[in-house]
Amino acid sequence: MPAHALFRQEDTQFDVALDPLIQALSEILPNDGLIVHEAGRRAYECDGLAAYKQLPLLVAVPETIEQVQAILRICHEAGVPVVTRGSGTSLSGGALPHPQGLLLAMGKFNRIREIDPERRIARVEPGVRNLSISEAAAPHGLYYAPDPSSQIACSIGGNVGENAGGVHCLKYGLTVHNVLALRVITMAGELTTIGAESLDSPGYDLLALMHGSEGMLGVVVEVTVKLLPVPLTKQVLMASFNDVESGGHAVAGIIADGIIPGGLEMMDGAAIQAAEDFVKAGYNTDAAAILICELDGSETEVADQMTAVQACLRKHGASAIQVAANDEERKRFWAGRKAAFPAVGRISPDYYCMDGTIPRKHLAYVLRRISELSAAQGLETVNVFHAGDGNLHPLILFDGNQPGQLDAAETLGSEILQLCVEVGGTVTGEHGVGVEKINEMCVQFATAEIEQFHALKNAFDPEGLLNPGKAIPTLNRCAEFGRLHVHNGELPHPDLERL
Amino acid sequence: MTDADCTKAITAQVNSAQADQQALEILGAGSKSFYANRVTAAPLDITAHRGIVNYEPTELVLTARAGTPLSEIAGVLGEQGQMLAFEPPSFCADATLGGAIASGLSGPARPYWGSVRDMVLGIQLLNGKGELMRFGGQVMKNVAGYDVARLNVGALGTLGVIMEVSVKVLPAPAQHASLVFEAPMIDCHTRSEQWLRAGRPLSAMLHDGERLYVRLSGTESAVADARTQLGGEPLDDKHADTFWASVHNQTHAFFATEDPIWRLSLPPGINPNEFDGEKLSEWSGQQLWLRGVQDAAALRAKAAQLGGNATAFRNKPDGISAFQPLDAVKQQLHQRIKKSFDPHAIFNPGRLYPDLEEA
Repeated sequence: MPAHALFRQEDTQFDVALDPLIQALSEILPNDGLIVHEAGRRAYECDGLAAYKQLPLLVAVPETIEQVQAILRICHEAGVPVVTRGSGTSLSGGALPHPQGLLLAMGKFNRIREIDPERRIARVEPGVRNLSISEAAAPHGLYYAPDPSSQIACSIGGNVGENAGGVHCLKYGLTVHNVLALRVITMAGELTTIGAESLDSPGYDLLALMHGSEGMLGVVVEVTVKLLPVPLTKQVLMASFNDVESGGHAVAGIIADGIIPGGLEMMDGAAIQAAEDFVKAGYNTDAAAILICELDGSETEVADQMTAVQACLRKHGASAIQVAANDEERKRFWAGRKAAFPAVGRISPDYYCMDGTIPRKHLAYVLRRISELSAAQGLETVNVFHAGDGNLHPLILFDGNQPGQLDAAETLGSEILQLCVEVGGTVTGEHGVGVEKINEMCVQFATAEIEQFHALKNAFDPEGLLNPGKAIPTLNRCAEFGRLHVHNGELPHPDLERL
Repeated sequence: MTDADCTKAITAQVNSAQADQQALEILGAGSKSFYANRVTAAPLDITAHRGIVNYEPTELVLTARAGTPLSEIAGVLGEQGQMLAFEPPSFCADATLGGAIASGLSGPARPYWGSVRDMVLGIQLLNGKGELMRFGGQVMKNVAGYDVARLNVGALGTLGVIMEVSVKVLPAPAQHASLVFEAPMIDCHTRSEQWLRAGRPLSAMLHDGERLYVRLSGTESAVADARTQLGGEPLDDKHADTFWASVHNQTHAFFATEDPIWRLSLPPGINPNEFDGEKLSEWSGQQLWLRGVQDAAALRAKAAQLGGNATAFRNKPDGISAFQPLDAVKQQLHQRIKKSFDPHAIFNPGRLYPDLEEA
């Protein structure tokens, strides 16, 4: 368990009468749709951030939109918090249950409603797994672009809630760029459609607002996504560098040459070693960094870009460049990167995955600081990096059975996130704030901004029942966390006492 | 005009408007004053608040003050071989970045390269309480906090004064070519699909009622290859540039009228013959312009039934709202969101929806 309390007192001020709630819910749900017993609820006590556990008061597993509406109406009336869960793969505790609340498990919303190859649109239920959309579209030569590393398990509804990314987002965008419309139910139980099959909709861009809102604004019950034609050609090449800085310069060079690769990933020496030991991808274990670059498009376009990229890599001092000769080799080059997390899992009893984004030009400085901060905590850190878009995933190695190591890992993680903010980046690129990074939000945002977030939340959910205690910190939490954002030289939250 | 940070002056004006309960109309160059619903309020001119604050070509990010002219940005990006891929229209020479973001209008490449909101990474916003706030940032991936930056795209200044914007920029393609085809308007969708699936670097598509115009943009060999494979009549570069600019900035003859011009945003593959009137089709058939008098309610009902919406874009008839009405749930959300940013309703009252301030 983490060193600090999961929920603050102000997030757990709900007064819930359990028996009438069970009575009301059992009237509208099928027999197996309401989980009351502790053993059943236990299965939902955590998500992908497994160090954080909390038993929900109840679990509801609805099967229809009408049931979701009825659940929300009942909870709204009774003042019961609701936490929505897809596949439970969140790495930030976004789906961590609330101790006084209902966990709304959307797993039975797992049908693909429509694949329209002519119009390149898929309409799916929110519990559908990310990868299964691409699988269903594949016979038509189409796919769904965002591919978070958990795509085999994570749900599209969760992808919307977190605005999930993946290794191809520099060119193909995040979830927000690939979703056309959502059907959403408000906390009051009202159903509406946000977005459309057309390219824009009148009024405020609520569709963008829903993305990355971490289940705080509404419950998504249907997702319409756009599908893309599978690229005609793909080429993957891998370059080794004797120092991380040159690798960083090569990335900048490729982009300065006017090329936006489909994927552009970097791994540091420790990550290369761990991945190579695990999957034998043929990585150069003497290198300080390797860069994996995927180019896709028409044959002529890719051929032009291959020439330019190789010249650029050589110019920036690549010590070796390998071009994948065939599909099998392409898969092998990617295999090491894709297995980086489990590979690290083999060399350390536990690891803690961070998710900051930085302006790429600061890469060398940030990696140096991470190594210094790690040394100060007596821990090691392994780095994988979505180099194209600046999204850094430092993996902090620790042993949860050694006293104090989890605390040290959490402290180091927090320091790394604050470092990302210091260089002009953000505390989370794609994993979300959840409960994990909620304190660090106080570093990134000033009082007025945090208050504006709360006011916006209030517009959707005035009673504050959707996912309380997540994503946006209370000002009290920030005051207590103590490391506050200094805006224009002024100390934020001047109205609050310093503790 | 020189670069200047007018944050203090603009904040002071907002604060006094707040104190006096006086409404403000946020103004850039006024190039889109014909657009949306009319506002009657004291002007808040942001054109002096201008200048590129940060531009990192290799980070693909540009940050500029809202009053910065789009032409200045295009020039600076052009020197580095980059561009604003959402191709914001400039209805006059000094159209500003702030106006482009607030109106959320994208140009001919929108279906292929992305929209204004797709490219917005962060904003600095002055809300109705005179609070200066930053949302989003200067990095590509950022899920910290609600996406207030994109919420302000197309909000027409009703949530606050956009002071500064960070946008993702993209490399400008090495080569362009334009082709003209004898084909009916109804073919736009199928042709576009056929070409996109064949990996053709489509970057604009327009049908003027008689002919289909296609722009290709990409690497030299990809464009050359597409030119030989697609057929059609080539349009020479000089004429092509003039032609696409005329569509982009609506100086094309189709827009020279005092009649209403409606903009229809449609799902892919809609038959344009569903609609009556003189037509111009863009975005592979997903943006349809109609010229002439229409029964607004019937047109909107038809557009909605097909999954789209209709905007009275130019020469809006009296008595109707510029934008398709919202359902009751979204209307209430809009009113509450508006109130959360601008509790005294001082910014651009009525510009987006006449009833927006009634929370």
